[in-house]
Amino acid sequence: MSSTETLNQTSNETAVETYVDIRDLTVTFTGGRKPVKAVSGVNLKVKRGEVVALIGESGSGKSVTLRSVLRLHNPGRSKIGGQVLVGGEDVVTMSEGRLSAFRGKVASMIFQEPLLALDPVYTVGEQITEAILRHEKISKAEARQRALSLFERVRIPSPERRLDAYPHEMSGGMRQRAMISLALASHPKLLLADEPTTALDATVQIQILLLLRELQRELGLSVIFVTHDIGAAVEVADRIAVMYAGRIVEQGTTRTLLRAPRHPYTRALLKSLAHGSVAKGTRLETIPGSPPDLSNLPGGCSFADRCSLAQEACRVSVPEITDISADHSARCFRLDQTLSPI
Amino acid sequence: MDTTNNTQHDVGGPTQPLLMVQDLVKHFALNKDMLGRGGGVVRAVDGIDFAVRKGETLGVVGESGCGKSTTARLLMNLTVPDHGDIIFDGQSVGSKELSLKEFRRQAQMVFQDSYASLNPRLTIEDSIAFAPQVHGVPKQESIDRARDLLQRVGLDPRRFAERYPHELSGGQRQRVNIARALALQPRLIILDEAVSALDKSVEAQVLNLLQDLKDDFGLTYVFISHDLNVVRYISDRVMVMYLGQVVEIGDCETLFESPKHPYTRALLSSVPSMDPDNRTEEPPLSGDPPNPINPPPGCRFHTRCVNAQAVCSQIVPRLVTNKAGEGVACLMHVVGSGHSEAPLVAQEAL
Repeated sequence: MSSTETLNQTSNETAVETYVDIRDLTVTFTGGRKPVKAVSGVNLKVKRGEVVALIGESGSGKSVTLRSVLRLHNPGRSKIGGQVLVGGEDVVTMSEGRLSAFRGKVASMIFQEPLLALDPVYTVGEQITEAILRHEKISKAEARQRALSLFERVRIPSPERRLDAYPHEMSGGMRQRAMISLALASHPKLLLADEPTTALDATVQIQILLLLRELQRELGLSVIFVTHDIGAAVEVADRIAVMYAGRIVEQGTTRTLLRAPRHPYTRALLKSLAHGSVAKGTRLETIPGSPPDLSNLPGGCSFADRCSLAQEACRVSVPEITDISADHSARCFRLDQTLSPI
Repeated sequence: MDTTNNTQHDVGGPTQPLLMVQDLVKHFALNKDMLGRGGGVVRAVDGIDFAVRKGETLGVVGESGCGKSTTARLLMNLTVPDHGDIIFDGQSVGSKELSLKEFRRQAQMVFQDSYASLNPRLTIEDSIAFAPQVHGVPKQESIDRARDLLQRVGLDPRRFAERYPHELSGGQRQRVNIARALALQPRLIILDEAVSALDKSVEAQVLNLLQDLKDDFGLTYVFISHDLNVVRYISDRVMVMYLGQVVEIGDCETLFESPKHPYTRALLSSVPSMDPDNRTEEPPLSGDPPNPINPPPGCRFHTRCVNAQAVCSQIVPRLVTNKAGEGVACLMHVVGSGHSEAPLVAQEAL
């Protein structure tokens, strides 16, 4: 009795707090010879002011999921199913007009390679003022003033001078800061970050991660942070969702996922990492084989072929999402076998 | 595997370093524009000395522009050095005793981009057999050897030998590149970001393979990577580079446990924490690495160093290595350098 009560209460609470609600998202690319099922059923909730990291290997569907939130996929070559609710609005069915008001104003994105994402023939200052004027009726001078304060906020040294710089005149870390200020130009409530620190050097990467964490707190942003680097996810995320072959196989708080992972893939991934505590000379635990072909997914659990716990049932049907605790779930039939610490 | 062609022999004995590099320099001139502006020189590698011992893995770390990849290319003579000597097992590379061709048989390289480093028009067994044929191995023998090597790197030759590079995954292709590097039975393999493009689960497979091959074939590795966790895992000794120079070199565990150079300290503490209850609070360094075109005078790191004093912009700290092969290029470790943290009397060990 009391447990149902708490359950109701939590579901009510999440209903109020949830800002992004991705429901059964599927994305299929149809441009090639065979359709590629890049995302096959993603469910993800992000609360207001929460940072969720989406981690996974190449081809796991993490970036495709992220891009769906801004509906960036070419409609002629892709099919999107399910719902992507941001503040109650469904991005999948949004009109073109609403979509262009939505992009940048409600949700905006930062990319891995700022040199490709920024326009090379305009100064970064021009690009930021353009983004502001796109959504607001203010004077050019006011917009530039705002761009300047954004540059100060992301701690670009000599910001006045840097506003007149072209992207190629800036260093990698500086460009990434400029792109963050561009993304924040119209006060979005949701920031989508696609591997924003992957191309950066170690000493610069940590600066950008900490900057993102600080801005997120100050501005109360919801953030979806896509990365293949678990360390980067741990530095910024409240929760982590692990993707494999187009599905979220496990999600939970950062602490839970690192300390008590339950899906065999998450467990194997954490064990395969060469990090400080791995003794020299010991062999790294590996995951045999490689991820499945997305144009020819197996019938059951996509990880079954590489999983040491797989049984007959795993190859027959896709496991449903199982709640392990209030904020921890996994898609696996063999959760009773993964209770031991890793 | 066939060892009849294995003519390599230990020339200088086990204590002789396999590779010695002395005062290696490479500067790239920049073109001036139409108005005669610009120009200048990129000091990619600016006077480095180090030794690689027989049977060890020397890790090389540093950020982009520090010269680690240029160093790798200079070692193989893929880029011709401006200055400096490369001595392989006591013999100078390019001398009468050790021609460049013979050196390249004994030293091989694996690159980051597994696809770009294979000829797309050759099947993988032909790619692997190519170099032995250049070095005079009969065709059938070289093909047999290629198939042995494919087996050895975990690719079933019956399934893979006749495939083309585009038919393989990134991890499989990198295994092919490793097999190809082994085809000439080298003693030294230079791995330039060889696992960096791979996914973590595949990376672990390749790291294990590299360890096995090293033991089985008695190899020596120079392992260049920006991934400090991987370098720590695989290396016996580590060399840290900054703007074309070596700032610190030493035993891997000692260096990771108690780094001496302020840059090494900052670099190591930039690695994201894997502990959600103990996240990084302050970035150890601010700003980006400076441009190697006009490196700062004195110690190149002084512009970002928390311990920098006036003397650091005037005196260039030299890397002095002790008998154990450990060294640090920092005025805080030079007796009487003028830095307030410098020791007053010489210490036995660093």
